[in-house]
Amino acid sequence: MQAFVKNIAEENQYKATHLLRILHAIQAHYHYIPKPAIEQLASLLNIARTQIIGVIEFYSFFHLSPRGRYELLISDSITDHLLGKHALTDYLAIKLNVAVGEVRTDGLVSLDNTSCTGLCDQGPAGLVNGYALPHLDHARIDQISELINQQTPVALWPSQLFQVDDHIIKPGLLLNHPLTPGEALQSTFKRGLVATLAELDTSALRGRGGAGFKTASKWQYCRDEPENQRYVVCNADEGEPGTFKDRVLLNSYAQQVIEGMTVCAAIIGAQQGFLYLRGEYLFLYDKLQQVLVERRQQGLLGNNILNSGLDFDIDICLGAGAYICGEESALIESLEGKMGIPRNRPPYPVTQGYLGKPTVVNNVETFLAAAAIAHLGGDWFASIGTGQSKGTKILSISGDCAKPGIYEYAFGTPIETILNDCGAEELLGVQIGGPSGLFISDLELQRKLAFEDLATGGSFIIFNKHRNLLDIVNNFTRFFAHESCGFCTPCRVGTSLLKNQLAKIIDGHGSAGDVVALEELCVLVKNYSHCGLGQTAANPIISTLARFPELYQSRLKNISYEPGFDLDASLENARQLANRNDAAAHLTQVEQD
Amino acid sequence: MKTKIRIATTSLGGCFGCHMSLLDLDERLIPLAELIEFDRSPLTDIEHCTNCDIGLIEGGVCNSENVHVLREFRKNCKILVAVGACAITGGLPAMRNFIPLEECLAESYLRGIGVENAQIPNDLELPLLLDKVRPLHEVVKVDYFLPGCPPSAEVFWTFLNDLIAGREPSLPYECVHYD
Amino acid sequence: MTKTIHIDGNTIPFKEGQTIIEAATAAGIYIPHLCHHPEFTAHGSCKLCTVNVNGRNCSACTFAAMEGQEVLNNSQELKADRQKITQMLFVEGNHFCPSCEKTGNCQLQAVAYHLNMLDSHFPHFYSHRELDASHAEVIIDHNRCIFCTLCVRASDEHDGKAVFAISGRGINKHLIINSESGLLKDTNIEATDLAAHICPTGAILIKHTGYQVPIGERTYDHQHIDQISLAVEQTDEN
Repeated sequence: MQAFVKNIAEENQYKATHLLRILHAIQAHYHYIPKPAIEQLASLLNIARTQIIGVIEFYSFFHLSPRGRYELLISDSITDHLLGKHALTDYLAIKLNVAVGEVRTDGLVSLDNTSCTGLCDQGPAGLVNGYALPHLDHARIDQISELINQQTPVALWPSQLFQVDDHIIKPGLLLNHPLTPGEALQSTFKRGLVATLAELDTSALRGRGGAGFKTASKWQYCRDEPENQRYVVCNADEGEPGTFKDRVLLNSYAQQVIEGMTVCAAIIGAQQGFLYLRGEYLFLYDKLQQVLVERRQQGLLGNNILNSGLDFDIDICLGAGAYICGEESALIESLEGKMGIPRNRPPYPVTQGYLGKPTVVNNVETFLAAAAIAHLGGDWFASIGTGQSKGTKILSISGDCAKPGIYEYAFGTPIETILNDCGAEELLGVQIGGPSGLFISDLELQRKLAFEDLATGGSFIIFNKHRNLLDIVNNFTRFFAHESCGFCTPCRVGTSLLKNQLAKIIDGHGSAGDVVALEELCVLVKNYSHCGLGQTAANPIISTLARFPELYQSRLKNISYEPGFDLDASLENARQLANRNDAAAHLTQVEQD
Repeated sequence: MKTKIRIATTSLGGCFGCHMSLLDLDERLIPLAELIEFDRSPLTDIEHCTNCDIGLIEGGVCNSENVHVLREFRKNCKILVAVGACAITGGLPAMRNFIPLEECLAESYLRGIGVENAQIPNDLELPLLLDKVRPLHEVVKVDYFLPGCPPSAEVFWTFLNDLIAGREPSLPYECVHYD
Repeated sequence: MTKTIHIDGNTIPFKEGQTIIEAATAAGIYIPHLCHHPEFTAHGSCKLCTVNVNGRNCSACTFAAMEGQEVLNNSQELKADRQKITQMLFVEGNHFCPSCEKTGNCQLQAVAYHLNMLDSHFPHFYSHRELDASHAEVIIDHNRCIFCTLCVRASDEHDGKAVFAISGRGINKHLIINSESGLLKDTNIEATDLAAHICPTGAILIKHTGYQVPIGERTYDHQHIDQISLAVEQTDEN
């Protein structure tokens, strides 16, 4: 082990900022991070062992105790549930003789749930040793079980098991016209950097991650900082359940995304860029590295790009299962080899980002659009859209519709048009922008896709009338409790309290005051949390409570109070120990008259 | 004569320390007795609550009997008050919440010093233990909380006088303590 | 000309670079807090110091004072919400005040007193947490840790020992110890270290010193935390 760890550390130049990559390598080899490896790394990287332990315990894909040699994770996204994930997981557990959350006694296989894997258009999905397994069904599970029991190395599994499709159903302005590699850079250098930034300004492009900050302003602020080192970061930590557009962009439009990053580097004056790829997209890692190699060969990356004098290169960093790292300052912490805890802001990353230096962090789609604008100009882009939302938005559509996949729409498109295009019938509602977004009902279909109305990072999940809304809200609420980084009190404690309070109502233990208590808690978590995660964690409850109050009320008992735990069940241990089952050994949940 | 305020009191998983503290009102008990009378309480011989204005309960909910008594109080008292740390948080008895019930009972009844004929008690008369000790408000609705271990006599005095005078009870800084 | 902000309508001067809490403290205005300490890098995690600045909630300990800010600190809404945040801390850990050596001298308790917190409001988690009594002089009771990181910062920034860190995610967060065994006895912490004394709750205590001050003479028996905190922190700042 010592030689192995030493090698990995050496390959990473003993850099503490590379801690996640080093841990990925160790986890992949040993299926956990052994204690001696932690000790050795602490001394090789010259960091405290507590930083290493902290990182291991923070990220879902690292473990202090052994997982199976085949580590199976099943996506727990609501979209996977809609496609029958629950029954399939049960089948898998029986087939492999391992309980969810456990390692089989022989150590061969472990099974667990994981947050949305970004394969919502081809679920139920899972991961085996980090590699995506789409389209899970009984036949595939039989096949997978067989491969595991025969101990076939994952690298030798049939490639069709890992076949992830793009499903681009409706391309638009951007997806219809991918640039030829180098086009945007040539235009940028020809026009001049300041003039290109002005084009970006004209385009009125706003960040596509959801928050919608004006891209030209971000680049301008970063460019204006009196520093000589700056960084460009592409946020490909696409963790919002129901979104998978970045997966497709990086699979089929990676050249253009990376060109967008390079244009940014030229404008702000950065030599180094990072593409932070969510761990769930491990299957794209080699392919993306290949794109970087090709671009270096073509003179589009590396020293003196297109003879312009620009030196810029990109490193791909892999996340490790933490939704919070989609928040830009948490992402930067993660890039630095730390736990993904959002920083206090201000200062914002454009002034103090990676290693304290000015940093632009943009979404994959933003860079894609920026490259196109650099080539085709701002007016071209701004000619479509609405007053405050120019251009198009790429949506990841999943859930109850005939044609899930990638759709590109001009801003201002009514929701109804989108639903007609993808074949949604018997609609209950749509979750726009993922769990952190908004649930709209079938009465709001004239609302428009736009920052001034329905802003979204791209997640668009459709639910039909046969779905149980409270189950959906429950899934989202549990997601936030699981993904809360735990830094601040209102989110750390509040998201777990929300989870429990909602479960109390859903399980039928709620009474008159419980919905009021739930609402109060929602407001508290929303108003006092440190970052966007906590500030939006109550959105699923708030937005459905506003639209379907009767649904919550219908679960309440017509009494003034009921305990939030099962009283009779809490006597079960005592009954067993005293070997009793008489009437006095039981309790009713509420007083019987 | 004005009708007296009728008060019931009990101790669930408590030590009667809160009751002792009530008695610490000393000479102030005399004027208080002009205004209140006791229903079910360790201070009387009344076995079950009748209609009461105020129920004062110390101690957490440890076993099935506690649940029954608590429900009887809730049903019969207009105002239910959780008195003291145990009633409010589970208190010291709740420190067993981190130990499996089996181990708790084994420690007392199987491995305890001087235990003969070791067995877990199973008499039908005995209430069964809940797997966790709970504060009152997790089992019934509670109207007011008087913190302290125990709340001082001053707390009882302030609180009861507020209620008797028809004011919304409030405790000044000196009256709020958790120990 | 001196720059000023307004806190609850009072005009308060501030120096460039001061946070809102620093300006407030200097002016004798108390903003409730647990993770803030004037001597260490601001953390901003407990959220008790949340104030409303020009209509937006901000942590007073990390947010810079800027000319003309309208700050609300003592509104009924903030007071009620700070009480709920404190209650969250109480149900998250296991705070059995009557059996804690820190009682009467505990900042968590004193903030709760200050906010007139009478109950814990939320259901208790009763999560199982360990004790580390391995060290000869210093004891850790994880039941009482609120993840304020004051011990982490004091050990890093003052003692230069890096004995503590916070690990884990979400509700599973926990304090960890920087030794191969994970136990306090195998670190170089000493009872004289600031990190051993800075805990605002009873999570880190010096052994053999408990209950030496009689009830009635303890720090918060008669004095509010606002008075004590201001007195201490104004001295620290000068």
